[in-house]
Amino acid sequence: MIGFILRRLALLVPVLAGLSILLFLWVRALPGDPARALLGQRATPESIARVTETYGFDRPVLEQYFRYVGSLLQGDFGRSIRDGRPVTSTFLEKFPGTIELALAALLIAVVVGVPLGYLAARHRGRALDTFVVSGSLFGVVTPVFFLAILLKLVFADWLGLLPTGLRQDARIDATHVTNFYVLDGLLTQEWDAALDALTHLILPAIALGTIPLAIIVRITRAAVAEVIDEDFVRTAKAKGLPGKLISRRHVLRNALLPVVTTIGLQTGLLLSGAVLTETVFAWNGIGRYLFESITQRDYPVLQGYILFIALTYALINLAVDVAYGIIDPRVRVS
Amino acid sequence: MSVLRSALRPRRGLALTAALAASALVLSSCAESERGEGGDAEGGGTFVFAGSAEPKTLDPFYGSDGETFRVARQIFEGLVGTEPGTADPAPLLAESWDVSDDGLTYTFDLVEDVTFHDGTPFDAEAVCFNFDRWYNIPESAQSADLAYYYGKLFRGFATAPKDAVYESCTAADEQTAEIKLTTPYAGFIAALSLPAFSMQSPTALQEHHDDAAENVNTTPYATAHPTGTGPFVLDEWDQGNSVTLKPYEDYWGEKAKIDELRILAIADPQARATAVRNGDVDGADLIAPADLQPLKDADFQVVDRDPFTVLYLAFNQKTKPFDDIRVRQAIAHAIDKDAVVAASLPEGTAVATQFMPDTVLGWSEDVPTYEYDPDKARQLLEEAGVAGATITFNYPTDVSRPYMPQPADTFNVLRSQLEAVGLKVKPEADMWSPDYLDRITGSADHGIHLLGWTGDYNDPDNFLGTFFGTQQDEWGFTNRELFQKLAQARGMATTEEQEPLYAEINADVMEFLPGVPLAHGAPSLAFAPNVSGFQQSPVNDEVFNTVSLGD
Repeated sequence: MIGFILRRLALLVPVLAGLSILLFLWVRALPGDPARALLGQRATPESIARVTETYGFDRPVLEQYFRYVGSLLQGDFGRSIRDGRPVTSTFLEKFPGTIELALAALLIAVVVGVPLGYLAARHRGRALDTFVVSGSLFGVVTPVFFLAILLKLVFADWLGLLPTGLRQDARIDATHVTNFYVLDGLLTQEWDAALDALTHLILPAIALGTIPLAIIVRITRAAVAEVIDEDFVRTAKAKGLPGKLISRRHVLRNALLPVVTTIGLQTGLLLSGAVLTETVFAWNGIGRYLFESITQRDYPVLQGYILFIALTYALINLAVDVAYGIIDPRVRVS
Repeated sequence: MSVLRSALRPRRGLALTAALAASALVLSSCAESERGEGGDAEGGGTFVFAGSAEPKTLDPFYGSDGETFRVARQIFEGLVGTEPGTADPAPLLAESWDVSDDGLTYTFDLVEDVTFHDGTPFDAEAVCFNFDRWYNIPESAQSADLAYYYGKLFRGFATAPKDAVYESCTAADEQTAEIKLTTPYAGFIAALSLPAFSMQSPTALQEHHDDAAENVNTTPYATAHPTGTGPFVLDEWDQGNSVTLKPYEDYWGEKAKIDELRILAIADPQARATAVRNGDVDGADLIAPADLQPLKDADFQVVDRDPFTVLYLAFNQKTKPFDDIRVRQAIAHAIDKDAVVAASLPEGTAVATQFMPDTVLGWSEDVPTYEYDPDKARQLLEEAGVAGATITFNYPTDVSRPYMPQPADTFNVLRSQLEAVGLKVKPEADMWSPDYLDRITGSADHGIHLLGWTGDYNDPDNFLGTFFGTQQDEWGFTNRELFQKLAQARGMATTEEQEPLYAEINADVMEFLPGVPLAHGAPSLAFAPNVSGFQQSPVNDEVFNTVSLGD
């Protein structure tokens, strides 16, 4: 298993190298001059020329690429054209916010979605099943921003139960170590801060998690329904095995493969979906910053961030593959 | 030496208190609050304010954007500040100044008993240290994305002193600093009111900063040790989250009433308004026009800044038919500015008659005006032989500027007005940055277009000189007489001399009609009902030491 993981990690190197070339060319293919985007509406030709020279935008693309790779190999992702800050620093400040939100959404989707799907399959054709299936249909078709606004209206404006903006109450003195605010609160034993961050997380996570939840419900239901009818389940029942054991060892385990695949795929979508949710909930993640980097032609930020996100995505996929092996010994690679 | 001694004015805090009493913009302090954590009844408490972005650096010298300056204004002060509620320069760390007859020597009398946050005394040597630091900035930090304002206003550094305005600074005695310029510059005092020219502690700069660093914005000074004389001291900049400031106990002026000031960034305008509404923050800047009424209805306080902007419709004289003055006049007569303001700009917006707001030196009542008269417009187009012609109209998308919150709405009103006099409008929309800016200011490929400007400080050159000082792609004309007059006005020694000339230039410009000035709008702020004492400033010189939180 360790050999498998190492091999997969080694495979990441050519993938990321290829991606870095693609990204490098793509950001430069965007029309518009980054120097002008940086200097704004009254930039003089001289100041634009000067900035162009400072950042080396006038050099041959190949030279620019090798300089870029050269510093990448030294762990230097460059610094933002727009605010001069190192790409790695702003990423480490903002990405935990996005990940925290995506993880919370995923948690809701899995913890609620898998049991619901399972129950629906066990009660096929009955009221519960109809309810879950039609409910999940609503979940799939409701746009994130609509749901977000609806949640804000109900839980914040009408009921006044939950906060709807920011990641933490700005009046709390919280220490931030990892920038995962809930985790930070636990690490520093600032329980108030952790609890506050958690309550801020609830609504955005529900908004973001609904679509994956609905999809996971449907996939689980279909997979469980199929497995339940298999011969080995009937055999197990005939052998007189207890119902719980059958559900856990025979049904769920066999049904989980497609579910895990879906979870892996949904995580990627969660990362991009988080951008929209972040805007509605004034959530401090990478979303808005990345968007502005596109309009500002902030090459280093775009290249760095997308590379980091791709790496995250690749690692998630690796985790999914490892999970396959754990669930199903037949696909276990040694 | 003739003496232009400015009146000795009270310290910032005291002046503010007086102005507040008289100002109609004083926020009410009696409304009730739904929040418990907002602070104690007796002042104090944490005041949370939301801007649109994080500061880029805490060293204001390398700043040029509003969010960097917002934080800088709490920590730092310059020799010159602004009169509360106006854009006019006023004494701050210098209690008065003299200018020599030739306009080349400025003698500043400094306020006594002022210390920087690290205990370093603020004296003439500290002033000279700052002026010399700016002038000697190494080449690596001179580009316009860093030392923007110094490069633009002082026109040169020690490394290439050809056009440099600054010559030297001498500490005549502890409280008197003498600055020599190479050329008369009447805008000098107004320029010093920019936060970029704040006084910074020599001790702290030497200890924590290096202007030759590879990245001047990430030095320990720029991220953790900014040291000024202002009413707030930096507590912590939790990057990516917020800036926390504490009152400076030994502040020489009016000490802060709140216990803590926290400034954070919420990028989305609607999310900012929501944050105010939900009590996540006590105040926020740049509230979109659409969110103002709902906030007012819910008893929140809305503050409209006095406008210090101009929005205009510009002609590109490189392209026909705009090289014909009759066509330009026709379009000016076709536009109903009141309708444009009513339909697309926020409350408090004033109709413009010239390319600067009336608070700026040289604004004139006697400029040619072009009243709304569609018949006359049609007639002029007829005379010019372009009746029914098709004109290209460029406008930006995905942007909200202080002077132009909804460009597409403004475009639509103008379009219908132009079509009403028989012109055919061909709309061309581009993303604001960089596509629109590239096209309008970097190429001749555009027709009539919408653009504007927010003034940095009270200097007519900051408006007229910026627009018409040189040949520019945006306008596509070469008018040597105008360029020359503007250069002459800029080089005058005193504002008294400048005023009549700028008034004349304003009239000339409106005669020549390079564009149609439309309106002076301004961004609004919103505050929770329990916030009081905030004083708006048209140039954003807003310091939170006067703010307090009720219960």
